[in-house]
Amino acid sequence: MKASRREFLKLAGVSALFGLGANAAFELLTPGALEASSEVAHGAAHGEAAEGVQAATRWAMVIDVRKCILQEDCQDCVLACNSTHNIPTVGNPKEEIKWIWKDTFEHLFPDQHSQYVDEGLEGKAFPVMCNHCQYPPCVRVCPTKATFKRPDGIVMMDMHRCIGCRFCMAACPYGARSFNWRDPRKYFEGKEAMLNPEQPTRTKGVVEKCTFCPERLAKGLEPACVEACKKRKSDCLIFGNLNDPESEVRKILRKRTSIRRKPELGTQPSVFFLV
Amino acid sequence: MYDLNKILVGLAIFLLFFTFPILYGMGSAVPAPKPKLDTPEIQKLTDKKCVEDTHFMRTSHMQFLNYWRDKAVREDQRTYDSKLNGKKYDISLQNTCMKCHSNKKDFCDSCHTYASVKPYCWDCHIEPKAAKESM
Repeated sequence: MKASRREFLKLAGVSALFGLGANAAFELLTPGALEASSEVAHGAAHGEAAEGVQAATRWAMVIDVRKCILQEDCQDCVLACNSTHNIPTVGNPKEEIKWIWKDTFEHLFPDQHSQYVDEGLEGKAFPVMCNHCQYPPCVRVCPTKATFKRPDGIVMMDMHRCIGCRFCMAACPYGARSFNWRDPRKYFEGKEAMLNPEQPTRTKGVVEKCTFCPERLAKGLEPACVEACKKRKSDCLIFGNLNDPESEVRKILRKRTSIRRKPELGTQPSVFFLV
Repeated sequence: MYDLNKILVGLAIFLLFFTFPILYGMGSAVPAPKPKLDTPEIQKLTDKKCVEDTHFMRTSHMQFLNYWRDKAVREDQRTYDSKLNGKKYDISLQNTCMKCHSNKKDFCDSCHTYASVKPYCWDCHIEPKAAKESM
C-alpha cells in the first residue's frame, strides 16, 4: 500500500485519539479496576499483604544508645551473634563478615552530624545491624529472590538461591550486607570446636546479613544478641513486635526520642536508636 | 579398496579404546552400596522409622529435602507432620536428619560416591562431629 503524507498523518491522528481514549474506556467499562491492579502489583513488590491489611507482627529492634555507651568495651552482642551463626573472624576489613557490629555515632548518622555533637555521644560506639526495612531496596534488586521480605517484616536470606551478584550490597544504603570472598570454613580450620553444630556456615560467593534469628523466634526465643545483652543485665537491646501497641518496643518508643538511619530514603527501617 | 589393512587396524584400536571402560570393569562388579543404619541414635529408637517410609526416602529424599528447605527458609514452617506415623519433626537437616544419621560417611556418602553425585549440602551445612572424627 502506498500512503501519501496526508493519509499517514490522518491515520496517526485517529490512532492517537484512540490511544488517549483507552484509559477513559477502561474507566467506563470497569470503574477503578485499572488503578487497583497497579496498586496490588506495587504492594506485592514490597512483599506486603493486600492494601490496608496490617500484618499481625512486624519484628523490630530498639537500641538504647544511652545505656550502651556506658558499656564501652562490651562486645557481648557481637560475639554472641558470631558464635551462634558461625560468622568467621576474617581480619581484613575489606573482606570481613558482619551481621551486628559496633560503630560510632558520627559514622552511623552522618546526616545527623552537627558541628557540636553531644559530648556523651561523640566517638562512642554502639551496635548496628540490618535494618529489616519495610521497603527493602535489597529485595527489589535481587534477581533470584534469594533475599525476600517475610510477612513478619524480617528481610531474610535464602543462601540456597544466592548467586553472589552483590546487587543487594550495592542497593543497601546501610552497608549491612557482607560478601563471602573466600570459603568461610577456612577461618575455622583448627577451630572446629568453635562452630555451632546447630547452624550452618555459609559458602564462598554468597551474601549474608543479620536475619533477626528466625530459627530462635520460631522457638519463642529472642535473637542471640538480645539474649547476650540481657544476660549482662545492660538491657540495651529491646526486641519486639512493632504492630502490637502494648509491646515493649512500642512502649519505649512512646516514652523516648528515637532516630533511625537515613530516614529520608523512605526505606522505613525497623531498627530504632534511642538517643 | 585402498589401505584395507591400515583401516582395519585403526578400527580395532578405536573399538578397543572406546570400549576400554567397559572391558576394564568387566568381572569386577562393584556391589550396590548398603548405607549403614547402625548409629547410636537409631539404635535407641524403639520404632525404627525415618520421617517417611524407606522407599520414599530412598527414591525422593532430594526432592523432600528441597521441600523442607523451602518450608523452613521461605515459609517459616519449621515442623513437619509425618504421613507415616503422625509424629511431628523439626524441619532441619543438621538437627533432625543428621541427628539420627550421624554417620555421613557411611550413610550419605556411600551412595553418593557410588552414583558419582556431589550434592553441595555440606559446603554450608555442618556434618555431625562423630563422623568427622572417624574420617
